[in-house]
Amino acid sequence: MPNSVGKQFLHWIDARFPLSKVWKEHFVEYYAPKNFNIWYFFGAFSIVVFANQIITGIWLAMYYTPSATGAFVSVEYIMRDVKYGWLLRYLHSTGASMFFIVVYLHMFRALMYGSYKKPRELLWLLGVAIYMALIAEAFLGYLLPWGQMSYWGAQVIISLFGSIPVVGHNIALWIRGDYNISGATLNRFYALHIVALPMLISLLVYLHIVALHKVGSNNPDGIEIKENKDEKGKPVDGVPFHPYYTVKDFFGIMVFLIIFLGIVFFLPTFGGYFLEHANFSEANPLKTPAYIAPLWYMTPFYAMLRAVPDKLLGVAIMQAGMVILFLLPWLDRSPVKSMRYRGIYSRIALTLFVISFFALMYLGLVPVTPIKTALAQLFTVIYFAFFLLMPFYTKYETTKPLPERLT
Amino acid sequence: MEKEKIDLSRRRFLRYATGAFAAVGALFASIPFLASWLPSARARAAGAPVEVDLSRLEPGEMMTVEWRGRPVWLIRRTQEMIDQLAKPNVKLRDSESRVQQQPTYATNPHRSIKKEYLILVGICTHLGCSPTYMPAIGSLGSDWPGGFYCPCHGSTFDLAGRVYTGVPAPINLEVPPHHYVADYKVIIGENSKNA
Repeated sequence: MPNSVGKQFLHWIDARFPLSKVWKEHFVEYYAPKNFNIWYFFGAFSIVVFANQIITGIWLAMYYTPSATGAFVSVEYIMRDVKYGWLLRYLHSTGASMFFIVVYLHMFRALMYGSYKKPRELLWLLGVAIYMALIAEAFLGYLLPWGQMSYWGAQVIISLFGSIPVVGHNIALWIRGDYNISGATLNRFYALHIVALPMLISLLVYLHIVALHKVGSNNPDGIEIKENKDEKGKPVDGVPFHPYYTVKDFFGIMVFLIIFLGIVFFLPTFGGYFLEHANFSEANPLKTPAYIAPLWYMTPFYAMLRAVPDKLLGVAIMQAGMVILFLLPWLDRSPVKSMRYRGIYSRIALTLFVISFFALMYLGLVPVTPIKTALAQLFTVIYFAFFLLMPFYTKYETTKPLPERLT
Repeated sequence: MEKEKIDLSRRRFLRYATGAFAAVGALFASIPFLASWLPSARARAAGAPVEVDLSRLEPGEMMTVEWRGRPVWLIRRTQEMIDQLAKPNVKLRDSESRVQQQPTYATNPHRSIKKEYLILVGICTHLGCSPTYMPAIGSLGSDWPGGFYCPCHGSTFDLAGRVYTGVPAPINLEVPPHHYVADYKVIIGENSKNA
């Protein structure tokens, strides 16, 4: 037998490690709904981007100097002198924005098809936890180039902690490790950015996938394929993940990489949205740039912060804007999961929510004017109304009958 | 010997005692990790008071020095500016400086020891940007009496660092502890030792 050596080796492994068992349970005999559409690509894409961030991050750490005097210069060294340093850095910086694009689309998919509803509540909670960890990771990483926007963006965010009554100033001092943002802050952010948070995110991603494989994927129809099995116990509307979805995802990843690398090669700063122009000058603690904005993926929440005239309340609203995502599985009272079978109220609510998210994203990017503040207040109200009114509009609407099988 | 019987309450006691002991141990073990984030001895030494010579500052001019890595402004106000500060102004959120953003010796309309010299930490009380000094009347809209404008989120302050209403900054700009050691020599970062 030609394969006998290979087979013997596999037996040797399987007696010591459940390799074939895992392969079977999670690939060739893991059944996923047969009707996945384009929205089901983004989970796979986010794994690709995560791998990209880890690998390029390790290489950047080989050339980067984490100190207030060396950081900015070492980034320029990477860009100009290190062979392919520009590519490593642009892959990493573009990857950060692409990460949020695919994660936001992945989350929108969950909103659209009700993928957070029973029995996937924990899957959703783990996903939101990953999103929060990513926000933290992106914020920490943005200080490292030690440009003007790195410095003043961190200054703004850390001073948010100063708004906590009584102990706020001491907490901000503890986070900075100095009376202002300094090399001490930079070094601890570096340690958290390259070790602590990547480890945490890896753990959360692992748990997210474990939870997914326990409950199985939702699908555009929002009905459970596990409730309709054939005599062998295989869901009649399921297909094995491998080879069906590995091949599909592989194709999707090709298309995604064309777009991703197109940006890396031709538009790496993306007109100042992926790498802000002000960040090409070195941090100067005595001079605030004329205009400070965080990167686009945080601006919806930044717009909420600025919309509220009271500082402490503004910080609270901004945090509530993220934390409220955790409550979603218990706010939704609809008897159906997917938007396909929901009533008109849910459709209008989701549409308004998406509009308000993009509007806030834009408003957080531009300088404040009284009219823009009023608009930001309006869209903040709509954003929260989507969640807070959900128990009512999902309960009192007529839903369409669910199909027996996937359509 | 008696037939063996499992003493469950004893097991429970041991389990709780072990857990409690480990929790206390973890708490103490976390102290060095958490405390190491506080400013180091070097950072504290670098945050020592600074001495500034005011003798070459002309009326209306501002100079900036660095104290604890933050900009500290020293402004020599003109007589016009000083006169304006004494007038009651309903547009100021805290015109009497009730919020403790200044040492007691600067709790007055001009928020300084000497009326002529204003000393402020140049960091906006909203989110820590550094406001711009705009002393010229009308330089920020026709009714602008001169003051400070924060470019980040539009907060405005008068020429004593008092915040206007209707802007995001909640409180007046901070007056750092300071004292004069000579007519034109001021120490920023500590209160007078004999005061």
